[in-house]
Amino acid sequence: MTITLDAKIPDGSIAEKWDNHKFSVKLVNPANKRKFEIIVVGSGLAGASAAASLAELGYNVKVFTYHDSPRRAHSIAAQGGINAAKNYRNDGDSVFRLFYDTVKGGDYRSREANVYRLAQVSVDIIDQCAAQGVPFAREYGGLLANRSFGGAQVSRTFYARGQTGQQLLLGAYQALAAQIAAGKVTLYNRSDVLDIVTKGGEACGIVTRDMLTGAVHGHTGHAVVLATGGYGNVYYLSTNAMACNVSASWRAHRKGALFANPCYTQIHPTCIPAADEFQSKLTLMSESLRNDGRIWVPRDRDETRAAAEIAEEERYYYLEEKYPAFGNLVPRDVASRNAKTVVDEGRGVGPLKNGVYLDFAAAIARDGVEAVKERYGNLFDMYERITGEDPYSVPMRIYPATHYTMGGLWVDYNLMTSVPGLYALGEANFSDHGANRLGASALMQGLADGYFVLPYTIGDYLAPKLGDTPVPTNDPVFTDAISAVDDRTRRWMDVKGTHGVEHYHRELGKIVWEYCGMARNEAGLQKALSEIPALRDEFRKNVKVLGSPDGINTMLEKVNRVDDFMEFAELKVSDALHRRESCGGHFREESQTPEGEALRDDDNFAYVAAWEWKGADAEPELHKEPLEFENVKLTQRSYK
Amino acid sequence: MTKMLNLKLRIWRQDGPHSQGAFLDIDADGIPEDASFLEMLDVVNERLIADDIEPVTFGHDCREGICGTCGVMINGQAHGPEKATAVCQLHMRKFDDGDEIVIEPWKAQSFPVLKDLMVDRRAFDRIVEAGGYISAPTGTAPDANEIPVPKEVADLAMDAAACIGCGACVAACPNSAAQLFTSAKLAHLNLLPQGQPERWRRTENMVETMEDYFGTCTNHGECHEACPKEISLDFIAFMNRDYVKAKVKNRSLASQR
Ligand SMILES: Cc1cc2nc3c(=O)[nH]c(=O)nc-3n(C[C@H](O)[C@H](O)[C@H](O)COP(=O)(O)OP(=O)(O)OC[C@H]3O[C@@H](n4cnc5c(N)ncnc54)[C@H](O)[C@@H]3O)c2cc1C
Ligand code: SF4
Ligand code: FES
Repeated sequence: MTITLDAKIPDGSIAEKWDNHKFSVKLVNPANKRKFEIIVVGSGLAGASAAASLAELGYNVKVFTYHDSPRRAHSIAAQGGINAAKNYRNDGDSVFRLFYDTVKGGDYRSREANVYRLAQVSVDIIDQCAAQGVPFAREYGGLLANRSFGGAQVSRTFYARGQTGQQLLLGAYQALAAQIAAGKVTLYNRSDVLDIVTKGGEACGIVTRDMLTGAVHGHTGHAVVLATGGYGNVYYLSTNAMACNVSASWRAHRKGALFANPCYTQIHPTCIPAADEFQSKLTLMSESLRNDGRIWVPRDRDETRAAAEIAEEERYYYLEEKYPAFGNLVPRDVASRNAKTVVDEGRGVGPLKNGVYLDFAAAIARDGVEAVKERYGNLFDMYERITGEDPYSVPMRIYPATHYTMGGLWVDYNLMTSVPGLYALGEANFSDHGANRLGASALMQGLADGYFVLPYTIGDYLAPKLGDTPVPTNDPVFTDAISAVDDRTRRWMDVKGTHGVEHYHRELGKIVWEYCGMARNEAGLQKALSEIPALRDEFRKNVKVLGSPDGINTMLEKVNRVDDFMEFAELKVSDALHRRESCGGHFREESQTPEGEALRDDDNFAYVAAWEWKGADAEPELHKEPLEFENVKLTQRSYK
Repeated sequence: MTKMLNLKLRIWRQDGPHSQGAFLDIDADGIPEDASFLEMLDVVNERLIADDIEPVTFGHDCREGICGTCGVMINGQAHGPEKATAVCQLHMRKFDDGDEIVIEPWKAQSFPVLKDLMVDRRAFDRIVEAGGYISAPTGTAPDANEIPVPKEVADLAMDAAACIGCGACVAACPNSAAQLFTSAKLAHLNLLPQGQPERWRRTENMVETMEDYFGTCTNHGECHEACPKEISLDFIAFMNRDYVKAKVKNRSLASQR
């Protein structure tokens, strides 16, 4: 099958495209919606909002999640806030400005039409969530409060204390719960989706493993929606939850869905550094801390004194020195890369010399302890709980960690992947953030996709299918897929190797972090490309999975996920190797300005790299979707 | 240098909801005090795996104290000894070298043990489905600033909405009552202007669903002590008042039909 990438971008000026499109798509009339079955995988912001909205429209929806309750999806952990172009602060915000900031922030590697639509519907999201009872922060007059966030000069971020993701997800979860109670949504919790089923090239269902009984089932639908989150855990250590994985997207990829820009990963600058080998995950400290904290390391590489004893002139405030205009508030990728540079130079702090200081002494001296406590009290408490150090008296130690993945399944303007009937939403798709995501924009995108985009666009695919019955689960496409999943799962039990799954995941993470992390170069990427397949072979021959496949077995759940990461990692590295430019979160050492900043190569790389699976032993095929910038002029980012 | 702890663990092991459980006694030596409690269990599990023993199953995901998946009894205390801290955020420096630590699952009839330390908390979802929402179908909302919410009200609703649904309140309660969880959800929605139209229906339905699954509250207050988000007992009083009002209002509404 030859694939031609058609993004299906509607006609008209950028401001008219979405309206034109909504008018031109085919509709399913209200009475007919109940004749369709839609499968939604994932109950995070994207999945829960989509499922609830589709059910409200009248569709029959089946929701699958490996969590025990939809409310536990990883969206729950988002802290900072959600952007919207409400211009409530009267500070000059507009749909166009949010669009512009997002395209620029993404380093000109996103699709203009999608980003503009995102900015347009952002205002509806806030209305929707407020109506659901999301307890957004308020001013004394009772109106909504805002804060500003990195990469923007206006105050457009809405928030609910430091728990914005939690509150937005509870809003969507509650809307979903109402539909479950109404019988319009059937929830399959603790169900691990292990394959996507297609017939005649179209998506028709999924294969799941019941995580309580081990039973493998097929589920059929007229369309399948994946809202399964990002692939950050390919690095092993990240700010993602432990169970986050790439499997649903990867299995879809193996069934024909193109995977776009897998090399794009956001490394967040303010996380707590790892304490030891056993560390299982990294914790994010909100970016807002950079508003008042000063980042520094000792000038002397052999420094051993405590921070307080190091005199002012012996401290290297590297961001303030290198970027006088933005100082500690440079974008995430710039802050992260500079932290890596000083740590690699041997200037790191802490017992493992793997962090940099984030120092509040100046803010405390200027504004007083109380004011600092008022602003960051809960973050300081969290830091102390984890490290046992009191950030009011000693500087915090921070280091970058993998946080968000901009790449994902390639989708067109309708959010449909290259497999007809298969959609991807939220962090699982590649669509809106280009090579770098701005703070507070992921929550916005997940909810835009689920509440306001998919419910319109899915009708266009379904309308002509009125009257078609879903493919029965005893059709050979299902029975074959079910037995393949069952075999694959059971085969792990027979390997009887020497190392547990965790060991291999950790080893994979080390390779990907070392060679495809904050800075990448040809030689390192080549090295990773030889090491990953070797590790994968060893893993498949030598992993140890205990227990039984017919019941709860957390090792078995994980081994399938790590297996998919092992394949995915190779694609990710290949993508990084082929993109011989620096852009956003992807820094190729060969492509930098004389000052050491990321240097894009628009002549050769202004495209989306969408990879096609060609089989386990074949090279993936690259398809390019050219990116055209008609509304935002391409310029080199500069934060000097 | 990081201090290392040698611990004696008694961990509850149980194959399934209907099987007999038993304690596994195991020494956990050389545990770094910077490890979290769950990382300590990870280390124990890696050692079990090395000895070809199936690892201990426990619920966890975010490891940041927000998803509500984790939760075990540590020496009889839900989420362990540190106040306002879920077990994933508890660190080993809170323990001493040589400590004996007994680790058990939540114990409550409505939270059956699925395996080892993992329990089934679906009853919580049933309570939310009974009315823990504001009906606002997508697309119907007015501009967000059309409904002002006084800051104090929004803050109080947020205090209640901070509940992570972990179930420690039920596990800590001698009666396995779910008042704290249910009242937190009710207060979040009943305090807000947007929550008023469905207030009485919501209250009656949620309280009665709660009673179908859980025990009766006799005001011990253990739930609050165990709660990682320090949800206030005042919300229970608020729920009780609303429930009485709801009974009256819903009856009179019914008689008008
Ligand atoms: C610590 C942290 C802080 C953040 N803070 C912010 C912030 O302040 N602002 C912001 O805009 N963004 C923030 N982000 C990013 C943002 O939270 C995420 O990008 C977003 O929530 C992802 O939502 P989602 O719905 O796409 O996926 P998720 O919420 O990850 O949901 C994925 C769902 O898919 C299910 N699933 C996945 N695979 C399978 C499978 N194989 N079978 C069955 N079910 C499956 C899971 O069970 C889950 O329900 C933050 C991220 C992190 C990690
Ligand atoms: S009220 Fe507290 S203890 Fe109970 S479920 Fe909520 S957060 Fe957990
Ligand atoms: S693992 Fe999420 S709250 Fe503990």
